[in-house]
Amino acid sequence: MTTTELRPVTPSTSDRPGTGRKPIGVARQCETALGWAGVRASPAGATGRILLCAAVFLFFCGPLITVVSGAFDFSPDPTKLSVLPNRPSLVNFDVATQKGIWGYLLNSLIIAGGGLLLQVSVSVFAAYALARKKFRGQAIVMLAILTTMMLPEEVIAIPLSMVIGDLPLLGISLKGTLLGVILPLGAWGFSIFVMTEFMREIPLELEEAARVDGAGELRIFAQIVVPLCRPALGVVAVFGFTMIWDQYLLPLIVATDPGDYTLTVALATLRSDDMVGPGVVLAGALLALVPSLIVYLSLQKSFLRGITSGAVKG
Amino acid sequence: MTLTDVGSAASGGGAVESHSARRRPPRRRLAVTIIPWLFLLPALLLFLVFKYVPMAEGIRLSLFEVRPFLGDLWVGLDNYARVLGDERFHNALNNTLILAIGQTAGAMLIGFGLALLLEGTARSLWFVRSAVFLPVVAATAVVGEIWRLLYYPAEGGFLNSLLSWVGLGPSTFLDHPDTSLWSVMAVGIWKGAPYDMVILLAGLAGIDRQLYESAAIDGCTTWQRIRYITLPALRPAITILLTLASIRGLRVFTEVYVLTGGGPAGSTDVWMTRVFSLGFETSELGVASAGSVVLFLVTLLLTLGVQLLRRRREA
Repeated sequence: MTTTELRPVTPSTSDRPGTGRKPIGVARQCETALGWAGVRASPAGATGRILLCAAVFLFFCGPLITVVSGAFDFSPDPTKLSVLPNRPSLVNFDVATQKGIWGYLLNSLIIAGGGLLLQVSVSVFAAYALARKKFRGQAIVMLAILTTMMLPEEVIAIPLSMVIGDLPLLGISLKGTLLGVILPLGAWGFSIFVMTEFMREIPLELEEAARVDGAGELRIFAQIVVPLCRPALGVVAVFGFTMIWDQYLLPLIVATDPGDYTLTVALATLRSDDMVGPGVVLAGALLALVPSLIVYLSLQKSFLRGITSGAVKG
Repeated sequence: MTLTDVGSAASGGGAVESHSARRRPPRRRLAVTIIPWLFLLPALLLFLVFKYVPMAEGIRLSLFEVRPFLGDLWVGLDNYARVLGDERFHNALNNTLILAIGQTAGAMLIGFGLALLLEGTARSLWFVRSAVFLPVVAATAVVGEIWRLLYYPAEGGFLNSLLSWVGLGPSTFLDHPDTSLWSVMAVGIWKGAPYDMVILLAGLAGIDRQLYESAAIDGCTTWQRIRYITLPALRPAITILLTLASIRGLRVFTEVYVLTGGGPAGSTDVWMTRVFSLGFETSELGVASAGSVVLFLVTLLLTLGVQLLRRRREA
C-alpha cells in the first residue's frame, strides 16, 4: 500500500463487496469509536491509521530502541545516539563489568525474587483470613491496610530509614543488607486486596466438602484455596515485581555504600562517573529493562486484567 | 451458615453443637478466633514495623529539632511554621502543582488519542498496544536515565538532532530553568499516557455497539459520535484516572530526582525532592518530617474527599 492513496474514499476505490452504504460496511464502522474500518473497507483511512500507528510506535518505543543500540555501540562521540549502532561492539558491557554492574544486577534480582516471594505469600495468607473467615475486628484490619495504601512511601522515607537502622524491640540494624529492602516490600496493601477480592469468588461448597472429608485448616488453605487462586497469583506477581523493580528511594536509603545499590539506583553512580561514557549507562539501563520486559511480556494478560479491574474498582 | 460456623463444626470434630454455634464452648471458640489472626500475622507485623511505626515516628520527629548525640529538642509546631513559611517550599509546591496538573492532563489527552487510534481486535493493533505500553513497565529511574541522555543539551544530542531535522534550534532541555520543568513533564506524560490508554481502551470496549450503529444510521459525524456517545460512556474511567493521577502527582519524586535532582536553580524542585534534600543532605530531620506530614495530610484529605464523592454518586 502506498501513501499516495491518502485521499477521500470515492466509490470507485471501494469496488469490493461489503463497503460503502451496504450493511456490512456500517457494521464494521461501528466496531470502534472512531469508526476505523478494516483495511479492506477503505485503503485511504487504513493507510492513515497505519502511519499514525507507526509514529506512535516510534514515539513510545524509539527511546527504548536507542537504549539497545547505544548499549552495543562503541561510540567515539558518546552524545550521538542512533537507532542502529554505529560501531557495534561489546565494550560498554566490558566497562560496565569493571564497574561492578553484575553485582548490582544480582542485588536487584535477589531483592526482586525474595521480595516477590515474601509479598505473594504474605498476601495469600492475609487474603485467606480476610476473604474466607469472619472474625471480630475484620473491618478494622481492612481499614488499617487501606491506610497503608494511602500512605505514600516517600512520606515515611526519613523515619523508615531510622527504623531500618534500629528495628523496634529487636534493636538490629538492617542497613546495608538486602533484607532491609526486602522486608519493607513484603506486605503491600494492593496485592492483599487483589488476592482477597479473588478468594471471595471461590465457592464455599468446595471448602465445606473438604471439611466434611476431615481436611484441616492448613490443608484446605494449601490444597484447595491457593491452587484455585492461580490467575490472581499471576496478577499479584506481575504487579509486585513491577513495584519492587521500580523501587528507588528504599534501596537508596537502606544502602550504606554503593556496593549495596540495586541496578536502578546504581545507574546514577555510573552516570556521574567521569571515566565512563553514556554507552555504559545505557548498557546498565538495558540490563535493568530486560527483566521488566520479560515479566511483562510473559504475564501480559494478567497485567492488563489487573490494571483495568483495579481502575474500575478504584 | 457462616464461615465461622463451618470452622467450629470441623475443628470441633463433631457436628453436635453446630446448630447453636454462637454459644460455643470456650476452647473451640478460641481456636476459631485465633486462626484468622495467625494468617494475618505476617502482614500485620510487617505493616506495623515498616509503615505504622515510621509514620508515628515521623509525626513525633516533626515536633522536634532533631540533634544527634545531643538529644531532641521539643519545638512544637515550629517546624511546620518553617515549612509553610519557607520560600523554597513555596517554589517546590508551585512546581509540584504545575507538574501534577500538566502530567495528568497531558497523559490523559494523549492516552485518549492512543485509545481511539489503537482500538480494535486486529492482531497488529494488539502488537502496537503492547509495544506502546512498555514505558509503563520500565522502572522510573531507568526511564529517567534514558531521557537524560536523549535530552543531551548539545547539538549532537539525540533529541536535538531530531529537532535540527525539522529546522528547530538546539534546546537546552533539562539544563536551563526555562525548559527544565517542561522537559520533566514530557517524560511523565510519555510514561503515563499508555497507562491511561489501557484503562480507556477497557472503557471503549464496554460501549454498546448498537449506539454507534444508530448514530451511523442517523448520519452523525465522527465528532458528534465521540462527543455524545464515547465521552459520556468513559466518564467514570476518566474521573478515576484524573483523581488517582493527581494524587500520585503530588508525591512525584523518582523521575525528578533522577532527571534533574531539583535543579537547575530549583526550577524543578518538587515537594518530595525538597524534603529529601532537607532530610538526607542537610540532616534537618525535624523540618523534613514536618514537610512529609504536610504532604501526607494533603494526600489523605484528597483521597478521602474523592472516596466520599464517589460514594455519594454511587448511592
